Amino acid sequence: MNKQGNTYTFLYSVVLVVVVAALLSVVSLSLQPRQNENRENEKRQNILSAIHISSTADNSAELFNKYIKEQFIVNAKGEKIEGNAFNVSIDKQYSLPVDKRELPVFVADVDGATKYILPIYGAGLWGAIWGYISLDENKETIYGTFFDHASETPGLGAEITTPKFNEQFRNKKIFSGTQLVGIEVVKGGSTPGSNQVDAISGGTITSKGVESMIKNYLTYYEPFLKQR
Amino acid sequence: MSALFSAKNREYLLGPLSKNNPVIVQVLGICSALAVTAKLEPAIVMGLSVTAVTAFSNVILSLLRNTIPTRIRIIVQLVVVAALVIIVDQLLKAFAYEVSKQLSVYVGLIITNCIIMGRIEAFALANKPWPSLLDGIGNGLGYGMILVIIAFFRELLGSGTLYGFRIIPESWYIQNGGCYLNNGLMIMPAMALILVGLIIWVHRSKNKDLIEK
Repeated sequence: MNKQGNTYTFLYSVVLVVVVAALLSVVSLSLQPRQNENRENEKRQNILSAIHISSTADNSAELFNKYIKEQFIVNAKGEKIEGNAFNVSIDKQYSLPVDKRELPVFVADVDGATKYILPIYGAGLWGAIWGYISLDENKETIYGTFFDHASETPGLGAEITTPKFNEQFRNKKIFSGTQLVGIEVVKGGSTPGSNQVDAISGGTITSKGVESMIKNYLTYYEPFLKQR
Repeated sequence: MSALFSAKNREYLLGPLSKNNPVIVQVLGICSALAVTAKLEPAIVMGLSVTAVTAFSNVILSLLRNTIPTRIRIIVQLVVVAALVIIVDQLLKAFAYEVSKQLSVYVGLIITNCIIMGRIEAFALANKPWPSLLDGIGNGLGYGMILVIIAFFRELLGSGTLYGFRIIPESWYIQNGGCYLNNGLMIMPAMALILVGLIIWVHRSKNKDLIEK
């Protein structure tokens, strides 16, 4: 058969595409369960790290069950609604209008103290950023944070994942009186005792993304936070 | 065995590490050298992943080389490389989840890396699988080596750490009462380009035959 002819070229490309497509589907389907398990373990690890519990993929399920006492979903009015909080996908909810969103709440018990863990999601410089923020029992001060990102620059915006950046948020008040103020990310020289933290140098847009992500989500949760 | 590592085959493997380096001699793959070298860790991961992909894609296309119609060969190459990268990505997600998270952004960059397509076009389509494998590994390592050298200087001078471990003590920094300040310029992509230039300068002054007339 003429290897440069149209028929051969056509058949060759059809066979190639079918073989590659079949191969990719087999790989994807057979690895799916393991990948989902990895993702769930990661989610548990992330939630736990917002309350300063470090875990590995292997013990995450065990520690998660130990610390997380309750999980439920609230709506934008702060009312509890039906559903499984752990399975709520924040990035999918992000595209819905705020009053239709399901807002998961994880209630943790850390050595007898109640902590509320809320997921947050927003935009950095190159792509999505997200995380978890945990509040003390009074729902006014931050206990811990966890941030992650899809594609921020290593050494710059990606530094939001470091303990050094996260540690700044601890014990910050998100309310000024009854006014929700969130956390202000400032360039160099945050005032101690205020609601300010230092931005990442060279990662200003990502840092600002963190600021508005926290402010936005706390606003969505505000009715829930004000419940006593 | 000796035939497998004849002088010629050794040259395929080791040449790209110095005199035939894809980055500093052929000036290929510069784009990712800028993107992933702010830290040592992503540079190493990227170097290894590119090595795996150049090695496998070279072998597969070398095996297919006599069947591929010339007119659609670039498409065939792209399909093979893309499929390979996706499979590697899926495997990492299932079995090495941590690594896959670091690689997330770079997976796309691997497909677009000019070295991969360059080696397939220039070498694998004209040579047998074994030399193609050596050529793929050699070029991947040659690329990774430059990435690691650049990342070493950028991370050390730009962040004061190496592979995430602190090298320059916190107490030396101005904000902690010392006299040292990280060179923020090192974190910028432009500095990677300048470092590539410096490496080329040193390399050429050692290898005078590479200097153009």
